[in-house]
Amino acid sequence: MATKLIPKELAKKPDRLSPGHRLCAGCAAPIIVRQILAAIDEPVVVANATGCLEVATTIYPYTAWRVPWIHNAFENVAATIAGVETAYRSLVRQGKIPERDIKFIAFGGDGGTYDIGLQALSGALERGHQFLYVCYNNEAYMNTGIQRSGATPLGAHTTTSPAGSVIPGKQQMRKDLTAIVAAHDIPYVAQAAPSQWKDLMEKTRKAVNCGGPAFLNVLSSCNRGWRHETYETLELTQLAVDTCYWPLYEVENGVWRLTYKPKEKLPVEEWLKRQGRFRHLFRPENRHLIDELQAEVDRRWERLLALCGEK
Amino acid sequence: MSKYEALTGDQAVATAMRQINPDVVAAYPITPQTETVEFFAEYVANGEVTTDFICVESEHSAMSACVGASAAGARVMTATSANGLALMWEVVYIAASLRCPIVMSLVNRALSGPINIHCDHSDVMGMRDSGWIILFSENGQEAYDNIIQAVRIAEHPDVLLPVAVCQDGFITSHAMERVEVYDDADVKAFVGTYRPKWSILDVDNPKTYGPLDFYDYYYEHKRQQVEAMEHARRVILEVADEFNRKFRRNYGLFEAYRLDDADVAVVVTNSTAGTAKVVVDGLRAQGLKVGLLKPRVFRPFPAKELAQALRHLKAVAVMDRSIAFGSMNNAGPLFLELTAALAIHGVHIPVADYIFGLGGRDIKPSEVESVYRDMLRVAETGRVERLVTYLSVRE
Amino acid sequence: MAQLKGWREIPIGGVILEAGNAVEYKTGGWRAFRPVFGQAQCIHCFQCWLFCPDSSILVDAENEKMVGFDLDHCKGCGICASVCPVNAKVIRQAGEKVNRDDPRLCIRMVEEGKAP
Repeated sequence: MATKLIPKELAKKPDRLSPGHRLCAGCAAPIIVRQILAAIDEPVVVANATGCLEVATTIYPYTAWRVPWIHNAFENVAATIAGVETAYRSLVRQGKIPERDIKFIAFGGDGGTYDIGLQALSGALERGHQFLYVCYNNEAYMNTGIQRSGATPLGAHTTTSPAGSVIPGKQQMRKDLTAIVAAHDIPYVAQAAPSQWKDLMEKTRKAVNCGGPAFLNVLSSCNRGWRHETYETLELTQLAVDTCYWPLYEVENGVWRLTYKPKEKLPVEEWLKRQGRFRHLFRPENRHLIDELQAEVDRRWERLLALCGEK
Repeated sequence: MSKYEALTGDQAVATAMRQINPDVVAAYPITPQTETVEFFAEYVANGEVTTDFICVESEHSAMSACVGASAAGARVMTATSANGLALMWEVVYIAASLRCPIVMSLVNRALSGPINIHCDHSDVMGMRDSGWIILFSENGQEAYDNIIQAVRIAEHPDVLLPVAVCQDGFITSHAMERVEVYDDADVKAFVGTYRPKWSILDVDNPKTYGPLDFYDYYYEHKRQQVEAMEHARRVILEVADEFNRKFRRNYGLFEAYRLDDADVAVVVTNSTAGTAKVVVDGLRAQGLKVGLLKPRVFRPFPAKELAQALRHLKAVAVMDRSIAFGSMNNAGPLFLELTAALAIHGVHIPVADYIFGLGGRDIKPSEVESVYRDMLRVAETGRVERLVTYLSVRE
Repeated sequence: MAQLKGWREIPIGGVILEAGNAVEYKTGGWRAFRPVFGQAQCIHCFQCWLFCPDSSILVDAENEKMVGFDLDHCKGCGICASVCPVNAKVIRQAGEKVNRDDPRLCIRMVEEGKAP
């Protein structure tokens, strides 16, 4: 009987991530990790791509992980967990170790997933390893000091797409990685946010029990990069969801389903104006970027509604 | 009972892999290693091994998956060449530093560019400081024997380092030769069962692999790798001893061919050593006192032993199948290491370097003979006219 | 800070054998604001526990009670206060700006060094 997804019940299980890690105050990444690991009752083995989460949780001789954990490099977490998972299946099949229903999880940031690790991810998905890949997506290379990635939204200021007097921030839309992963036709793909914790936990459970590769793209606010107060973390991911900038949905065996529909779809501006990385967009000469971003959010939302049979 | 089979070098390696029956193989096709992967895929498909074969989407992922599987306590093997090895680069270092006893068949091929699929040693020389143990093989038999021994060396508790077993692309990888294949059961008994020190699958005793090391501990972990390499010097010989007794072979750190009473010698690895032996025999028939030293173990580099073995000579030529660009006189890596070894160990004899065979350029017995003739002259005059010669390059 | 060990004394390969030993590393010193728990108001909903990035909400899991904060590790981000439904209700009912250290709140954020 799986633990009920009620905080008081979940709190009775040991926390799988210890305090004493050195992620910034208010970082969403450890919230996501704690929620995902709390949702799983079975033993887990974690692989972690290079990035904030990896660096800050395992500064030698300390580790915040109370589950087996491996870091190999930046772009290869999917291949690494594929090796671990294959070794497990091989050793169990040969009778060398007992079967334990271990869940294999890879964590990577958006840099390690959208960009440098995309090939390894695609390969591991295609080969059908039984693992859950979690992209904790804070929309830039935060670990190296906030550089733009393929996940950075239009107009955002980063240190490699600075808001200059001629070029006002990033000039391209983010790529739709969740759809790219869904195109691999794996059993389970979903988008989630830690503010919707129960939705995230339910998706986690579906993901680790889907019998094949699964992928979660989880929006992870970074107060250093997004420029907001440390306590606004969950409000920011909530606003991303309510503006339909970050819709919550799942693709289960090819069937697209919206898991949360905002009562009222807020203008994307409501999300943008709370973050320093978009401050320059509110100058008159840059406002057209907000309009462009809104148009793109609308277009993607409409497409998603159609895919989910909502219209 | 062993039996003799006609095998290519790639096939010999695949045969060893079949007999070893590793838990996980992760590999990607690249010429001239591809045959090994193909043969092995057939063994998997026909149930001749119980290995899980991960047919990855790149060499980078091949080595990454090997590291993951090795951390999980599996016996792990892979195979690659040239650009494939170059793509693995980052993880090649990580495999050594995470102390993963992975065994790799490395079929030596020239690094691009221009792209070239034929033999030279630029690929392996790039990994020489990566923390891997590196063995060379003259022919398919040696590649087969070295792969079997590599498993034992890598997994030795005092070592726990990955091992690369080299052979020459096409020259031996694709040449059909007579190879003595030992009884499956004998090979299985020789390699034994792998008992990993730790496993990431031990969920009851969770461990953290590959944490972030700062300046306070990184250095200590590197020092440990040095210690493992030092242990490997001993373990390589122990494993060879046992192998020699079991399979009636004669492996050591290097092979000395008609070297004892020689005046001059050539030092050369892999298949060219075979060519040099023929040349030595020819020159010996003419009464010329020439010999050959064929290094088998390149990492850890047996500096003292090599110096000792060459001490009595009047002149030595090193033949390098790659160039260390921009190094002293643009010499080859083997020359640079060997001359340092000689100097440090007080062996002051004339030494010259001959770069040859880049990008698969054929090396003819007559060319090797010309090297010996040069050295015989040097032995007489005591003077090296040219420190580094680019053998047979067109001007 | 633990005594730095020599290379012979540490496991090979950088492996860390003590799971979760990061608890020995105290991050409480990072705090600019300290959470203060208003026991009387608390409805023990465990939302703060669920969202704390630093596993620094102390709970009596058996009796399902929130009991306080692990100030050795709490970095003072204030997420607990922002997700607290009691706080939200207080702010809603006040109809005015409520300071983060308002005594009516269930979880208050008090500047470090100042009395609660």
